[in-house]
This record gives sequence, structure tokens and C-alpha cells, in this order.
Amino acid sequence: MKSGRLLDAGEIRRAVTRIAHEILERNKGAGGLVLVGISARGDDLARRLAVEIERIEGAKLSVGVLDITFYRDDIGMRAEAPEVHETRIDFDITGKTVVLVDDVLFTGRTIRAAMDALVDFGRPISMLLAVLVDRGHRELPIRADFVGKNVPTRKDESVRVALEEVDGEDAVYVEEPGPGAERRVGREKNE
Amino acid sequence: MNKHLLSINDVSAEDVVRILDTAESFREVGTRVIKKVPALRGRTVVNLFYENSTRTRISFELAAKRLSADVINFSTSGSSVAKGESLKDTALTLQAMGADAIVIRHSSSGSPYTLTKWVRGSVLNAGDGTHEHPTQALLDLYTIREKVGRFEGLRAAIVGDVLHSRVARSLSFGLVKMGADVTLVGPPTLIPPDAPAWGVQVSHDIDGVLPKLDVCYMLRVQRERQRQQYFPSVREYSRLFGLTRERVGMLPEGCLIMHPGPMNRGVEIESDVADLPQAVIEEQVTNGIAVRMSLLYLMLGGSSERSGDE
Amino acid sequence: MSERTLFRGARVVDPASGRDGVADVLVSDGAIAAVGEEAPSRGASVFGCEGLILAPGLVDLHAHLREPGREDKETVETGSRAAAVGGYTAVAAMANTDPVADNTAVIEEVRSLAARAGLCDVLPVGAITKDLAGEEMAELGEMAHAGVRIFSDDGRCVSTSRVLRNALRYARAFDVVIAEHCEDASLAEGAQMHEGLHSHTLGLAGAPPEAEEIIVFRDLSLARETGGRLHLCHLSAAGSVELVRRAKAAGVRVTAEVTPHHLVFTAEDLVTYDTNYKVNPPLRTQEDREALRAAVADGTIDAIATDHAPHAVEEKEAEFDQSPPGTIGLETALAAVLTHLVEPGILSLPRAIEAMSTAPARILGPAGQGGPIEPGRPANLVVFDPAMAWVVEPPFASKSRNSAFLGTTLRGKVIHTMYRGDLVVADRKAQR
Repeated sequence: MKSGRLLDAGEIRRAVTRIAHEILERNKGAGGLVLVGISARGDDLARRLAVEIERIEGAKLSVGVLDITFYRDDIGMRAEAPEVHETRIDFDITGKTVVLVDDVLFTGRTIRAAMDALVDFGRPISMLLAVLVDRGHRELPIRADFVGKNVPTRKDESVRVALEEVDGEDAVYVEEPGPGAERRVGREKNE
Repeated sequence: MNKHLLSINDVSAEDVVRILDTAESFREVGTRVIKKVPALRGRTVVNLFYENSTRTRISFELAAKRLSADVINFSTSGSSVAKGESLKDTALTLQAMGADAIVIRHSSSGSPYTLTKWVRGSVLNAGDGTHEHPTQALLDLYTIREKVGRFEGLRAAIVGDVLHSRVARSLSFGLVKMGADVTLVGPPTLIPPDAPAWGVQVSHDIDGVLPKLDVCYMLRVQRERQRQQYFPSVREYSRLFGLTRERVGMLPEGCLIMHPGPMNRGVEIESDVADLPQAVIEEQVTNGIAVRMSLLYLMLGGSSERSGDE
Repeated sequence: MSERTLFRGARVVDPASGRDGVADVLVSDGAIAAVGEEAPSRGASVFGCEGLILAPGLVDLHAHLREPGREDKETVETGSRAAAVGGYTAVAAMANTDPVADNTAVIEEVRSLAARAGLCDVLPVGAITKDLAGEEMAELGEMAHAGVRIFSDDGRCVSTSRVLRNALRYARAFDVVIAEHCEDASLAEGAQMHEGLHSHTLGLAGAPPEAEEIIVFRDLSLARETGGRLHLCHLSAAGSVELVRRAKAAGVRVTAEVTPHHLVFTAEDLVTYDTNYKVNPPLRTQEDREALRAAVADGTIDAIATDHAPHAVEEKEAEFDQSPPGTIGLETALAAVLTHLVEPGILSLPRAIEAMSTAPARILGPAGQGGPIEPGRPANLVVFDPAMAWVVEPPFASKSRNSAFLGTTLRGKVIHTMYRGDLVVADRKAQR
């Protein structure tokens, strides 16, 4: 598999900082904001955003992690039931502005599932979407409000985000499929 | 995972870990305001209960509904089952209704196996005669893991009428599979002589076993068994094998007291013992829904006939 | 029928005469006309039998033909046809019909049904006690004078020792056999299978081998004491075999039989709750099976009998504990014995034929069955291919399909069955 690096650690750090500023600008401050990161890696990014926002604005935001497996639209299509990870949102989202955070925005199906999951938790005033990488090829009418980097890709390529917390380094790679390789759909998410 | 869950031996140790881990997520769902996820939307789960069991049936029903599946209940009161329709004819009717999963509880050992011959969906054994009750064992394993944190080397005793207990079989097999140390305790007439072939020990002296336990699992002993002369009197049975206040005092600190319910207070367990904090009997019930959701999700969440695009 | 049939070039295995070698067999007017090298073929239908075995027609000491009473499961006619397809020219029909064969009227009815079918001899077995209730002796003498040679309450055990003792003594006057189904009712109560590791794992009530052995001991003691002729049906336990061996050594007039399924299967085969393995007495352990096999080989067990027990499809499809015990066996017995006992060298072919034809015929008494294949004797013969493989599956000649061998592949196929000179099965097909 050929592999190219799209973002290095420094670029990721600056992107997170910029997104934090953009969120605060858009929301005119930190009032009513909560962050929900989509497992996996979206939650690590959400935590980083919370740290940045606290540094910039002094406000400590609630951060939740959401696993969208139960809301996927392709349950029953794979050989095995998809593996489930932790969901923890132990604050009320009703009346709040929820910023959904994910690492890669691709087909939009993950975000669609996340929105459906969130409305079962309560009724936010509004939802915003922040992603580290937008790689195009939307299959649903979903768009991100805050984007770290727009990266045009071929549909059969895969984008892999590595984060210090999980993978020991910060980087974003694009990988070409090897001969005979199936289109990767990422780690158990439908993107 | 296996297509059917007829016996605890249908799942490997890895499967058990997966089932229990997934049950954690479903327990979280139970804490939400909307205790429902769309994971099994459009699937049909049938509860085929030939034996009355409000507790287990409701547990399965809630589990299926919280997964957004459609639920059909066939129970002994008020359906063709009561009119004496054969198991086969009932199965074919359910098959025609497109049941994706059939949860069956029946008084004849082996009936879930028989059912698999006539239906295409998954069959889950909710208790068959004196054979097995694998979902009960799984939820007991969940409770144990939650409270004690491990299985390897865990010292467990299962006390009472093992011979007639489907719970005892499933739990013994399950605990042994996960590396625990299991001792069956009871009068010789109620413990199968071949039990050591299951990988367990046997003892007829409860007082010798209690001081070295992490889990004390009391089985229900029916008064019927006295009539069948497996022991001379209920009084003698509870004196020799009942969990009394004194015996609880002999248990190590932190030892769990468990019972599959419903209890025969005064026979296998003294009434006030059941209400002690070490007795996690109520929690066994709560965890049941999460574990059953986990099973339904893992068994139906993969493709059966459909081939998906990846 | 002045028909002549020539079976050319078969290996003739005839324990009654000691013959085992290639020979031609000529049949004329219902009887053996000649046996030997190059018998004349003038005017005869010739069947080339190179590579095939020719033996005396098989004789089954133990079958349930269900008529009168449960004609839905089997009739004398369909049972006879199943027998013929399986190479049998004589079948003893057990008395647990409805009404019970405890009087000459039922005996005569079964006999006339068999004669009308004309496919094999059906020898009705008379009940030992009235209505199989185990209390009062049935009219053994009258039935004996009507030609009944074996009496049995099979299905049930005669549980009151005094009753069995009287029957054994009384029966001496008629030189008939009392055949017992040995089962202690209280030990076997509610049993679904053999009691052991498997019954405990499967959650099914079991019967220990003692349920059979205790009654075997009792019956042998009574046979010794009374001097009566005792036959023990479908033995299943090693302990029973040992008791019979000692009793025979002591001169007790006892014979014994075992079924093909007890020689092949064990309790372990029940792990899938397949009701076709639910039989009474139950399939037991490997040790029991080995003891039974050795006993057939050394003659402690005289005969192999099918205990052919047809049951309706819906009965066998019910829950395991609701399902009646029993397996059909007439059509598979020979192949099962060839595949599982002769092929692996546990039994020699002549011993197998002896156990399935010669010895049962001897127990039944003179009836023109079991050989020897000699001029003048009635032509009751079976010709089979010992190597031909086939899968046991419906359609069966029997009305029922509850076979323990269902779905398995057996080697050994009956090609021709000749009943009193009449070719009732030709080229593997029943002729009527």
C-alpha cells in the first residue's frame, strides 16, 4: 500500500487551535456549548478542543463520547455484528449547543447516525459539526461547520488519522489500496 | 458467534467476554432517557414460552424492544400453544411470520434443538426442562465480573438440587470455561455422580466449603423433590444444606450470595439472608436485560442470509 | 408354482449345513432342488450371482407390526414387505397390539393377514399375561396348540416374579419359549435414555443398566429353578451379558438376542436430542457395546433381532420426552451388521448369518426357515451384495421412517429375496 502523509503533528495542533477559535467566534463565547466526540478518535479530538477552549476562554466545557454503532445503517449487512465501544454522555444536552467532533468526514453516514443517537439523549438548541479532515464523497446531505483540512481523495483511497492518545503519534495519512484490497471503511465506522 | 444459543457450550470464552463487554454498552443505554436504540429495527423476535415465567419473558421482551425489534409473545395462556398445537406446527407458523429470532422456554429438555430443525431464524434457549439456561448463566457471569472483577481462579460453590437444575448446568459449564474453580454441594441424591467429568468438584459438606468461597450460588430446591424421596424432609435438607444466618457468617468477607430466583425462603435460603447486601439477587435481574440485549444484538446484528457490501 | 429358478455362482453361506463356498442353487416348485456345481439351468429363470452372497432367508425374532390397532404406523402387509426388502423370510410379530394378542382370535387374524400378503412368514407371538397386565397368565396352551412358539409381554416386563415363575413352569408342557423384556419398572421410571454422564449433561432422566440386569438375574434364576425355556429380548448391558454367559455355562435353558442399533450406537449419539436414537432399552456406553459385540461373536448372545418399532412421524417429531421410543429396523438390519460388524472383522460372515437366520430359526422351532439349504427344504433364501453402498432414506417399504440409521451410508444390499420359492424381491425391488 502506498502511503502519503497529509498532516503532521504541528499542522494538527494548529488546526485544533484554529477550530477552537472558530467555535468560540461562531457561538460568541463558550455559553451553552458542549462537545460530543464520536468514538473512536473523535472523542480524543473533542477533549483536545475542550483543553484549547479552556486555555483561550477560561471556560471548562463538558465532553461526552458517543459510539454510534447501534445507529449504523448497515447493521445486518456484515458477517458479524459490529463491535461496540463506550458511550458516555453524563450531562443533559437539552437546550445546549452540541458540537459533534469527528476525525474524518467522508460519506456522512457516521454523522447521520450520530445525530439520530443524540436526539435520543435530549433536544439540543442546535448542533454543529467539527472535523479534522473532510475528504469529500458525501452520500448524504451533511456538511461540516468547522474543518481542519479539506483533502480531495479518490473514493477507493483510505484516510488514516493517528493520534498520540491512541496511536502514539499525531499524523494523518492517505493510503492507496493495495492490489485486490477492498475499500477500507475505517475502523468500524461507516464514514 | 454461533447462529443459535442452545447451550452455554455454544459460546467460547472469547465470545463470553464479547457478550459481557457489549452488555456494558447496553447497560448504559438503560440509563438514558430514551432507553432505545435502532440497532435491530425491522427484525422480529418471538418469545415462545411454554412455561410461565413472567420474569424471564419480560426481560427478553424489554431487551428486544429496546433494540427496536418487533416482539411477538406466544405463551401458554391464551394461544394455540395452550390448545395443544404441536411444537412443529407452531414453529412453522412462526417461520411463516418471518421470525428472525425465537426465544423458547419449554419444559422438555432438548426442545430448542428440535426447534432448530424447522426454523431459519436464530433460536435462543430461555430454559429447557432440566437441561440448560444459558442466558441466566451469562447474566450471572456478568454480575460476578462486575462485583468480583475476574473469573480465573474464582472459587464458586453451587448449592442444592443440581440434578434437576438447568441453571446449575449452564453456570457450571460457563464458570469452568472461564477458568473458575467450581464445587457442587448437595446431598448425593441430587448431585450427578458423573459431575467431575464436567471439570467441577463435588462435596456433601457445605460447612467445609463455605469458608473458602468468592461466590455462593444457592439453587432453588422444590418441595416436590421431597415427595420424590430425594431427601427425607425439608427440615433435614435446610438443616444440612440451607444458607442460614450462621452459615453466612462463615463466608469470607466480600463473598457474593446469588440465587436465580424465585426463592423458596426457608428451604434453601433463610428469609433474612436474602435481604443482606452481599446477596445480589435483585441486581441479577437488572443485568438480565442488558445481557439479553447484548445476545440479541450479537446474534442478529450480523448478516444471516444477506451478503453485504463492505 | 412349477417355476424353476437358478441362482448361479453365488457364495453360499449356510451355517446349518456348514457350507461356505461358491455354488449354484436350483429352486423348483417352492423347494430347493439342487445345490452344487453347475446345476442344470433348463427351463429356469437364471440369476447371475457372481460376487453376491446367498444365504438362508433371515429370521427376525422380534418385530412390532402394529396391526391390529395402529395401522397408521404399520400393517402386517407393509411390515412383511419391509421384512422382505431387508432379506427376511420370517418375522415374529410381538403381541403388544390393540387388542393384545393374548387369545387365538388375534393370533389367527395376524396369521391370515400375513398369508394374504404372502411376502414372508409372520409368526405371531402370544402374550404371557392377559392384556399384558402382568397379573394373570394368558391361555398359553390354547395359543400353543394354534401354533404359537414364543410368548412375550414385550413392551412390558412381567414384574411379579411369581407370575413369571408360573408361566415358565406351565409353558414346559408345550415346549414353548417365554421371552422377556427385562426392565425393573421403578428403576426405569420416567427414563428417556441411559443414565450416565450424557443423561446428566442433557438434562434427561435416565435408567441405569441395573434396571435390566436385576431382572435378567431374576429371570435366569427362575429359568434355572423351573427348567423352562427363557429367551431374553434386546439385551443392552454388559452386566446382562455376563449373567447370561454364566447361566449358559451352568446349563440354564436360556437364549438371548440383541438389536443392530445396540451393536452400533451409544448414549453419546443422543447429544442432538434426535428421537430416532430414543429406544427402550436405551443405547448405553461404549463398554456395553463392546460387551454385546463380543457376546454375539462368542455365541453368548444367540441371535440378532431387529425390535422393529415403527412410530408415526408426528410422534417422533414431538419433544424428546414426549416421543415414543423405538426405531424401525427390518430394512437396515443386514446392512448394519455387514457394515459395522462383519466389515471391521468383529463378526465373521457365517456367524452373522447364523445370528440372523439359523439361530433364530432354531429358537422358533421347525418352520422351514434358517437353512440348511439342501434339496427338499423350502426355498427361503436371500441373495445380497455385501459391498453395495446405499444411503438410508425414505421412501421405505415400512409405513414409518423412524430409523436410527437415517441419513447414514450402509454397505450391503439385498438383491433378491425368495419366500417359499416365490421371488418377492428381485433386483432390489419388492415385486408386490
